[in-house]
Amino acid sequence: MIFVMAFLVGGLICMIGQLILDIFKLLPIHLTSLFVFLGALLDSFHLYDRLIEVAGAGATIPITSFGHALTHAALQKASESGVIGLASGIFSLTAVGITAAIIFSFFTALIFKPRG
Amino acid sequence: MKKVGRQSVIFDNVYVKSRAVYVGPKEYAGPLGKYFDGYFQDLYCDSKTWEKAEMNLYKCALEKAIEKAGLVETEVDYIIGGDLNNQIIIGSYVARNYNIPMLGVFSACATSMQGIILGGMIVDGGFGKNCLCMTSSHNATAEKQFRYPTEYGGKKPETATLTVTASGAILLTSEPTSIQITRATVGKVFDPEYDDPLDLGRAMAPSAYLTIKQHFQDFDTTMDEYDLIITGDLSYYGREMLISMFKDDGIDISKKHYDCGLLIYDRESQDVHAGGSGCACCAAVTYSYLLKLLEEGRYNKILVVATGALHNPIISAQNETIPGISHAVVFERRK
Amino acid sequence: MNQKISKVMQETKPKKPILKNALRAFLVGGLICLFGQVLIFLFQKGFNFSKEEASNITVGLLVLIACLLTGFGVYDRIGQFAGAGTIVPITGFANSMASSALESKSEGIIVGIIMNMFKLAGSVIVVGVLSAYILGLIRYLWGLIV
Repeated sequence: MIFVMAFLVGGLICMIGQLILDIFKLLPIHLTSLFVFLGALLDSFHLYDRLIEVAGAGATIPITSFGHALTHAALQKASESGVIGLASGIFSLTAVGITAAIIFSFFTALIFKPRG
Repeated sequence: MKKVGRQSVIFDNVYVKSRAVYVGPKEYAGPLGKYFDGYFQDLYCDSKTWEKAEMNLYKCALEKAIEKAGLVETEVDYIIGGDLNNQIIIGSYVARNYNIPMLGVFSACATSMQGIILGGMIVDGGFGKNCLCMTSSHNATAEKQFRYPTEYGGKKPETATLTVTASGAILLTSEPTSIQITRATVGKVFDPEYDDPLDLGRAMAPSAYLTIKQHFQDFDTTMDEYDLIITGDLSYYGREMLISMFKDDGIDISKKHYDCGLLIYDRESQDVHAGGSGCACCAAVTYSYLLKLLEEGRYNKILVVATGALHNPIISAQNETIPGISHAVVFERRK
Repeated sequence: MNQKISKVMQETKPKKPILKNALRAFLVGGLICLFGQVLIFLFQKGFNFSKEEASNITVGLLVLIACLLTGFGVYDRIGQFAGAGTIVPITGFANSMASSALESKSEGIIVGIIMNMFKLAGSVIVVGVLSAYILGLIRYLWGLIV
């Protein structure tokens, strides 16, 4: 069941993104910024976790989940260490994603040549 | 006085001595492949970087044009060259290796005809005998500078055009040959208040319309005088718009008009969205194909209208629109 | 003159295939998420990783695949078909970094690859941190008051 929901919810989020690009004539950078913000917003109301329970990867793969993960980690650490925890914990859940992206992008650029 | 009307000039003694065009793989695979002087099998054009690839194309076209004219370097009085890169750096770097005075020019994709107009003025004014007018464009250098990295996964709309990878060289001279350049109209910058850099064909159509109209007015003539009126790179949607603008004036230009961006690629079989664009689009099609048709007698008199979109990413981000400019040149078969 | 031209510009404006684009984005985006879900399932059930570990490994693997597809010159073709279907998933984030770094390779390792890596992707991190911190702060303070 979660597989079906992952496909549907993930597809839906991407489809809404495409509609936003076409109807409002925005650039990809506007879209990703908006979606990251929305993910953070939903998480601040504790709603994004519910979406993840229902849709699994359909909620964790889109870039909205990045905003959710930053907010979630910040709040988690803040509940342990107070306000300063917001800043000290913010990257804990996204560390793997960012680190992987930097390392793999670097080696990709080193090994390959752009084809145009 | 060689000035005619508000924006046009007459040339008495300007002829085309030779021309050369080198292209990339997609252009060679297009409908006009066999007309070009040479081509490269990939976008790197036997070079290490995109920018050096464009320099190689430029160098090949330059040397071939001088060779075909039967001249040596020192007999060429000036190079007038321009391209789309910042500081028109491609031409400057290639010119390092030659002993020829250089004048750099820029009007985006209208650079080819701008160069010819200035070269024509130099030759007709007795300021030189042989003038080599150069231009080039390269798909990857243009994407890198104006849009996104070439491997980026964004989507281009149907109105987007593909920057042509090629270099065109044309040598103008004061001694008679079979192709003469008789008239030109210098364009004015016109801002249609349009701001979509992925729909430049339509952004440039108004300036083409205005230059063509002014040309007819300055010379007190109509489209009937010409066998063909061809724009540089309005491509599919820009052409529709140009035809529509003339229709509003009660003129049906559709039978006389075509566009280089639609000739250089086959829109059906090649993945090129609306068609070709770039400085070299007008140059490659005009120098290799259209002038050949003139030589063969299939056309007698053509009006080539190069169109340029004066786009700068920084200014665009400051919420500015994209103005356009079009320069027109008349090529005639000398009987 | 300007009014005449604006009028013609509006009249000849080509229609975007909005529905077709939306469906393509839905299809590809959905498939990428489905693929991710399958991977998470395999890592959890097949390799006995915890939910969190499985998710992390999946993210890492998807980023690797996106970078490889970028390097082989395939990602941009998928992107031309899918639009937001490849931009919205984290694979799009990885592609934006890999493609920027790759494009600037000609300027060398430090001034090319390294300096340009975050050119397109930096916005995600900046907006993410700004949103998460400010919204998090508001939430945290709200929690203290209430």
